[in-house]
Amino acid sequence: MVEAQTSEMLRWIPLLPLAGALFHGVILGLIRRESPRLLVIGISCGAVLLSFCVSVMAFIELVGLPEGQRALGDNLFTWIGAGSFSAEFAFRFDPLSAVMCLVVTGVGSLIHIYSIGYMDDDHRDDKGFQRFFCYLNLFTCAMLLLVLGDNMLLLFLGWEGVGVCSYLLIGFWYSDRWNAYCGSKAFIVNRIGDFGFLIGLFLLFWAAASVGTPTIEFTKLQSVIGELAAMTIVVPFFGECALLNVVGLCLFVGAAGKSAQIPLYVWLPDAMAGPTPVSALIHAATMVTAGVYMVCRFNFLYGEAPIAAAVIAWTGALTALFAATIAIAQTDIKKVLAYSTVSQLGYMFMAAGCGSYTAAVFHLGTHAFFKALLFLGSGAVILAMHHEQDMDKMGGLRRKIPRTHMVFLIGVLAISGVPYFSGFFSKDEVLLSAYLAHDTPGHYWLYGIGLLTAGLTAFYMFRLHFRIFFGECRATPEVQSHIHEPSWVVIGPLFVLAFFSIFGGLFGPSEAWVFVEDANSLANFLTPMLQHVIPHDVSHGLERGLGAVAVGTATLGFLLAFLFYVRKPGIPAAIASKLSGAHETLKNKYYVDEIYDSAIVRPLVALSDKVLFQKIDAGLIDGLAINGSANSVRNLAGRGLKHLQTGMTQSYIFFMIVGTIAIVGYLLR
Amino acid sequence: MGYLDDNLISLVTFLPLATALGLLAPRVFGRDLPSDIWRGMALAMTTLTFLLSLWMWAEFDPAQPGFQLQEHAAWLPAFGINYFVGIDGIALLLVVLTTFLMPIVLVASWNDIKHSVRSYVFFMLFLETGMIGAFVSLNLFQFYVFWEVMLIPMYFIIGIWGGGRRIYAAVKFFLFTLAGSLLMLVALIALYIMHGEQFGVHTFDFVASAGGAAQGLRDTLVPVTGQVDAAGNLFPWWKTQTWLFAAFALAFAIKVPMVPFHTWLPDAHVEAPTSGSVILAGVLLKMGTFGFVRFALPLFPNAAEEFVPLIFTLSLIGIIYGSLVAMVQADIKKLVAYSSVAHLGFVMLGMFALNREGLEGSVLQMVNHGLSTGALFLLVGMIYERRHTRLIADFGGIAKPMPVYAALFGIVAMSSIGLPALNGFVGEFLILLGTFQASTTVGVVAAFGVVLAAAYMLWMFRRVMFGPVDKDENLGLIDLDLREKAVMVAMILPIIWIGIYPEPFLRRLDAPVTELLKVMDNRKAAVAALPQPLRLAEQHSVEEVASDSDDGGTPL
Repeated sequence: MVEAQTSEMLRWIPLLPLAGALFHGVILGLIRRESPRLLVIGISCGAVLLSFCVSVMAFIELVGLPEGQRALGDNLFTWIGAGSFSAEFAFRFDPLSAVMCLVVTGVGSLIHIYSIGYMDDDHRDDKGFQRFFCYLNLFTCAMLLLVLGDNMLLLFLGWEGVGVCSYLLIGFWYSDRWNAYCGSKAFIVNRIGDFGFLIGLFLLFWAAASVGTPTIEFTKLQSVIGELAAMTIVVPFFGECALLNVVGLCLFVGAAGKSAQIPLYVWLPDAMAGPTPVSALIHAATMVTAGVYMVCRFNFLYGEAPIAAAVIAWTGALTALFAATIAIAQTDIKKVLAYSTVSQLGYMFMAAGCGSYTAAVFHLGTHAFFKALLFLGSGAVILAMHHEQDMDKMGGLRRKIPRTHMVFLIGVLAISGVPYFSGFFSKDEVLLSAYLAHDTPGHYWLYGIGLLTAGLTAFYMFRLHFRIFFGECRATPEVQSHIHEPSWVVIGPLFVLAFFSIFGGLFGPSEAWVFVEDANSLANFLTPMLQHVIPHDVSHGLERGLGAVAVGTATLGFLLAFLFYVRKPGIPAAIASKLSGAHETLKNKYYVDEIYDSAIVRPLVALSDKVLFQKIDAGLIDGLAINGSANSVRNLAGRGLKHLQTGMTQSYIFFMIVGTIAIVGYLLR
Repeated sequence: MGYLDDNLISLVTFLPLATALGLLAPRVFGRDLPSDIWRGMALAMTTLTFLLSLWMWAEFDPAQPGFQLQEHAAWLPAFGINYFVGIDGIALLLVVLTTFLMPIVLVASWNDIKHSVRSYVFFMLFLETGMIGAFVSLNLFQFYVFWEVMLIPMYFIIGIWGGGRRIYAAVKFFLFTLAGSLLMLVALIALYIMHGEQFGVHTFDFVASAGGAAQGLRDTLVPVTGQVDAAGNLFPWWKTQTWLFAAFALAFAIKVPMVPFHTWLPDAHVEAPTSGSVILAGVLLKMGTFGFVRFALPLFPNAAEEFVPLIFTLSLIGIIYGSLVAMVQADIKKLVAYSSVAHLGFVMLGMFALNREGLEGSVLQMVNHGLSTGALFLLVGMIYERRHTRLIADFGGIAKPMPVYAALFGIVAMSSIGLPALNGFVGEFLILLGTFQASTTVGVVAAFGVVLAAAYMLWMFRRVMFGPVDKDENLGLIDLDLREKAVMVAMILPIIWIGIYPEPFLRRLDAPVTELLKVMDNRKAAVAALPQPLRLAEQHSVEEVASDSDDGGTPL
């Protein structure tokens, strides 16, 4: 076990954004007037930038340690301690946390800066500026707690914290009923996931306690995982199961909630109701990857839980495909990106489930860059179009906003996996991991699904791009006359993200592509902390071949999109009318929301209201038992007992004496 | 200072009542003090009481087991009735919760209560003494007196300053509680008689003390069904744990309230004035759970274990059923009332997990529920004062005119949902942790309550706070003033404190909880040492009890 070296600077990584959030919150609560703009910007962006700097410093310190001993720790105080249970408020900075910290604070800083311009332009809510940055800082703090916590409970604190911030930010423009609805939906669906996570936590704790190590610390759990692997638990309907499989599945329910996997993905597309920087930061780059992070954090557990891992891989693959098909038929540009995020998260889970955690983290990182870029780019488009999100009302924008067009194109190329863009390397690793995962049942199928998804991804991303930037502009002349390139504070972060979307892949390219020994520095950095690593024993020739197939599939997707949306724009409509049933199904997202609503939500509310409340509470208990018995007592008293109430003092005294004598006589017997 | 030190508990207990009587004194001369003096004095003295209870907190040694700061004086020595008080960590937390809530409630009701202010203040002070007295009592007769005394002021507070159906609610509240406590009195007397038989000394003292009997009721050997005494005679049914526990448990279960005895609660809450609701939810409900943990568990450990399945079932029903019914309420206050049923279900669950994690979580959750539900009632009261309605449908978009109110409401709602870093989570987490050890299945079902809590709270919050302001009356709503902000900040500070750093509270619960489990084990061992020739008969009657319990457990 790697003993963590104490480093007190770790606490500042989450505390700085927290301080920013507290400042804003107290100012807004007490003074009820917005602080000067520059102060708001300075404090919130400054806090996150500083936090980024501290992360970099910690990273440098971490790299300075000898390989295999890379871990920094910072223990603040005991958070909850009762009986044999104890959870510390302690941070641990190991290679996995380091990568996550850098992504969260790095991309987070850029999005904070971008938000200055974006929220400024937005005049829907004139009092929202400081409130927005308050939530954004709070989110950053919670996300950092999530990735830095050295035990499950602190992870859960961050986990719930980001959930609340997501809730607040989705419903940021709360005067709109729809936004508020989407916020609540996100929170409640996530709660279902949390339910699974908590059960996993409890099972794991008591299992660890039964082998003499009552703990929820990751490192201590790791040290007893061998003993836990032998344990079993009886699950209703399934009989005796390996404990770690059950725990692994419970934890994955939590991950599926947070990272929007089947069947709990429904909240993420609706989460697009929030401001676009929020979609970029929370619902693309950071929070939604928390589930992937958690699965990677528990790599030692999933290594011993083959069934759970296989379920993760398959859920991920199916989600990837499922979401990609939906994305094809959406016309809201943010919805397309949202389903694309769901799909890409599925990729990450597929890799993690196949045991290739480095590939999952790698794709997590590159996805953070290019998806943040795409979201922020779409935000720039939305700003330019005066808050129009429907791609049917866009088109031909490449001449009007060339800079935005350029960075957006880089994002599209990266996500489509064009060689030597970041997405190419990471997607290659993911597909390769599925191809090589001989322990996972049906792994060639997984590879096939991944490949198909890659083709679909290229298709719908280029469809999006062509619909926005090519062809004739379909906006009203009034809107057209106002289209403008956004300000530099918006475009600047886009350029930085575009840079990383192109070159970010060079953090961990496979040797097969860059012709350098030991090129995959990310994998080398992460591997020492992973318990089970799939051997990367594949010839460069095969790897290049597989890569070529993937690129070929993506090219096919691109060509189709080019044909449909640039060359022959009549085709899509023709297909849609030919296959109207399929098209409607995709457009309506397979009607999953409607099914959930009519199968779960409505019956539950009806049951609660009509049966539980009206029949049982008011009818049975109150009506029959309570008031009924009260009435019968009244009747009894009215008919019989009232004769005891003679009004004569003598008779009362008589009864009192009789009673007293009876009691005293009994006591003295 | 010596005198104060020696009588600290009595001082905390009786200072409110003394204040009330002092304010009443000029009446003797046919004069009434102005109601503002009443209110001001009451606020000052309840604040002083709070400070004294903090002193008590400081004097208390968390590491030491047993009851501290004991005071013992003969009251009716012939019957073993003494004035006997003392605190352990559990009582300490609940006393401080009570003294903390009281000044807050007085400030919060400053404008709310408009008529008969003097009587209102009198009843509130009277009530405070009753509540604290019950928590610190170590003589069961004295406990019973305080337990009953509490009813009277609360009855009047609901009945006089309540809403439209206040009389119905007050009578319902009174009768429910009274019905249970009468059975408890009978069981108490039975226990008293058994103690006298065993030790030759009659006493109601709970434990031995310096000035009192050498053995308290907690040392009384209470057999289980089927056991025989030295002469070989079967113990009569009323001397067995099952029946005595059942009598105690019924009294406490009504107060908690556990399903199906809960229907007095929504009525009482909805009709009570804000301050009444806060005290009712914050402290009075805790009397039931406190009664279980202080008396029912250590006195009748075998029966307690025997009743675990029933209590678990009722608690689970309370959690799920309470949450579902809360979800469909049209009245915010009724929603909060039903959420109490669910929360108290958690408290009971953790307690009957009968392990340290569950018990500590359970007691902490009593405090948490007092804070967060109390705060919720305060918030509901604030909006009611402005709009004179509590129907969710009458609101919408309130966050626009009242942003501070919405923010504070949000924090409290999150605390009630059990969000980490706020108090509710710490308690619920420990409760679930403890429950999981006792029974995984029960734990899983209970954990689902966490999902439902989010559903009903957020749904209500969304309909009240968000959306467009589509009612003209809501446009002109004025945000919280300084007094209201101060009240809410005072409530929210401990909510956050317990959420982030619960150690000072949990540390004080460690010793009493450990001791409780030890006492239960010792007493079970003593019972097991009794001759048990009637194995078959015992098993038979246990089955009978179990089937009885099932009848009680299937109200649905």
